[in-house]
Amino acid sequence: MKRVSLVLTLALATGFATQAAQAQTLKTIKDRGSLSCGVSQGLPGFSAPDDKGNWTGLDVDICRALAAAIFNDPSKVKYVPTSAKDRFTALQSGEIDVLSRNTTWTISRDTSLGANFTGVTYYDGQGFMVKKSLKVNSALELNSASVCVQTGTTTEQNLADYFKANNMKYEVIAFGTNDETVKAYESGRCDVFTTDQSGLYANRLKLANPADHLVLPEIISKEPLGPMVRHGDDQWFDIVKWTLYAMVTAEELGINQKNVDEMAKSEKPEFKRVLGTDGNFGEQLGLTKDWVVRIVKQVGNYSEVFERNVGAGSPLGIARGLNNLWNKGGLQYAPPIR
Amino acid sequence: MSNEARKPPAQIALKLRRILGGKAGWNGVAVQLAFAAVLGWIAFEIVSNARANLANQHIAAGFGFLRNNAGFDVNQTLISYTGSDTFGRVFVVGLLNTLVVSIVGIFFATVIGFIIALCRLSPNWLLSRVGEIYVELIRNLPLLFQLLFWYLAVLAALPNPRQSISFFGISFLSNRGLVVPSPIGEPGMTAFLVVLGLGIVASFALRSYSRRALFQRGQVIRIWPFVLGLVIGLPLLTTLVFGLPFTFEFPQLKGFNFAGGSRIIPEFVALTVALSTYTAAFIAEIVRAGILSVHKGQMEAGASLGLSRGTTLRLVVIPQAMRVIVPPLTNQYLNLTKNSSLAVAIGYPDLVSVFAGTSLSQTGQAIEIIAMTMGVYLLISLVTSAIMNVYGWRINRSLGA
Repeated sequence: MKRVSLVLTLALATGFATQAAQAQTLKTIKDRGSLSCGVSQGLPGFSAPDDKGNWTGLDVDICRALAAAIFNDPSKVKYVPTSAKDRFTALQSGEIDVLSRNTTWTISRDTSLGANFTGVTYYDGQGFMVKKSLKVNSALELNSASVCVQTGTTTEQNLADYFKANNMKYEVIAFGTNDETVKAYESGRCDVFTTDQSGLYANRLKLANPADHLVLPEIISKEPLGPMVRHGDDQWFDIVKWTLYAMVTAEELGINQKNVDEMAKSEKPEFKRVLGTDGNFGEQLGLTKDWVVRIVKQVGNYSEVFERNVGAGSPLGIARGLNNLWNKGGLQYAPPIR
Repeated sequence: MSNEARKPPAQIALKLRRILGGKAGWNGVAVQLAFAAVLGWIAFEIVSNARANLANQHIAAGFGFLRNNAGFDVNQTLISYTGSDTFGRVFVVGLLNTLVVSIVGIFFATVIGFIIALCRLSPNWLLSRVGEIYVELIRNLPLLFQLLFWYLAVLAALPNPRQSISFFGISFLSNRGLVVPSPIGEPGMTAFLVVLGLGIVASFALRSYSRRALFQRGQVIRIWPFVLGLVIGLPLLTTLVFGLPFTFEFPQLKGFNFAGGSRIIPEFVALTVALSTYTAAFIAEIVRAGILSVHKGQMEAGASLGLSRGTTLRLVVIPQAMRVIVPPLTNQYLNLTKNSSLAVAIGYPDLVSVFAGTSLSQTGQAIEIIAMTMGVYLLISLVTSAIMNVYGWRINRSLGA
């Protein structure tokens, strides 16, 4: 991993990145014929290759939706697996066009990395997982525990804050990749594994006996996960931002993969605006009029994407919770397309 | 007519011409200057281009971040460190962790390497085969695999803290590491340390005196009883006068883990074992080559003087072999230090892991952090090779070469 950062640093230093940093991202992507999308190294439900080698997951579907909107073909994406600590360098250097990799939105990342978060694809919070045999039922019982964590994440700082605030001692063992962290936890090096709660559920599936492990109820932080783009290209920022909003709006209006063609014929003004039969919002973004139709038809609305990857229709079985629509008790809210 | 060689002209300009231009004279100097100017220009372009790009993309730059609060913890710190210390301190913590694993690794690699080399050269068939198998097996497997093997092997073999292996109820071995009683300073500490220091200095003086007596007068002085008295007896005596130098804090199992005492973490053990066994395989070959480079007549001469094989090796052959051994040995020491950056794979908090890893992603200042890290490795390597050069120079001098 060090080598990757090194190469990227050099690239940044010697100016290979100059071109990519200019406001040409959409044109660059079209010329290249594919979207370069930074994803994780394998986190089930968010971004992981399936048994046929195709990338799937919630974060992956954001990339696919972008490719659908740009090329009318969700498969025109080149996935670049990045580790937690290399991800920002990969974005800064222009190696990837968008970072869609369960990344927590914080002010320091938004302001000092030369990149912007475009929205929240998943509202998460940090939690703890322990072996059931330890007979621990609350994170407050974890005094003097050893904790395995992946390096280069907000998780490390939350962990330090939480144990300090509760006057508990602990030992942290930080690993370079998610898999190494899980392996060390499984081998008994640590009592506790901590990451975003969605990640705990996802990683629990990788363990030999998922039923032997318990996710503790405490959520110790706010972890809004979302895609990131580089500074300096507002058009591209808008496209990534509104791709997510399009999916949320589609869910809100009840437009899904099956009925989208039918809905496009609807005479309701709201449907006509969203699905591009009235107005030219898509063209103003630099896309086509039917951009929402392309996204929903080929990838789905937010609900379909959620359920397929992390929700009831997936092995993770995570409830919508905070990620429900604003009018159903959740936080997902899209500004109007008008 | 004088036989003395003509002295070269003393003028500075001519000296400069000779150093820079060589045979090409002033043209050569011009070429050198032009080359230096081009290099300077390239360096300037890289720096200014990087600055402009960073400013364009609103990426934070500069070394101000070193004073910021780090906010994460590290599980092995040789100096006191908490999450509320700065990134600057994280840098020092990581650096010390890298240094300690390198120094311990170098020590064991050298010891194991010499032993394996002597095994391979041994007339005993079994020993030499064992040495050969060790070298061929270890040096032909990638280091990262060996590191993961040792880590997972160490972890798998050890029980959890509640079932830890106890040594006399004061030290405990578990998959959290080896916990030993830690010394706590008492009033008698200062006197104890001063006397111990004096004892060590006096022992060295005694050694050099006895060596001189041996080489100049052929007189054999048995010094070890005096050394024992100086290093152990005297400090014990001060303890009686000034009171105990330190007491021990004993580890106790509390909750998940041991409280009190000092701990050696399994990551450190795995990393040290992997680095030293791996490098030892290369050192063994270097030592073997060095010993074989000494003419076998030296060995026979030793034998004809009635020296045993071991004594001949120690007093006659190895001192001569060191001249050949030292330069490639330096390479291996440098390799070991640089290879210690693989630590991140097993969660040992070395410089690359905590500084070029965690700190980098917390601050996003890749250029500054990677540059500092590279600078540190360069410095460590240069210092190591400087020390080895001095050592090599001393050997050459003592052999009269």
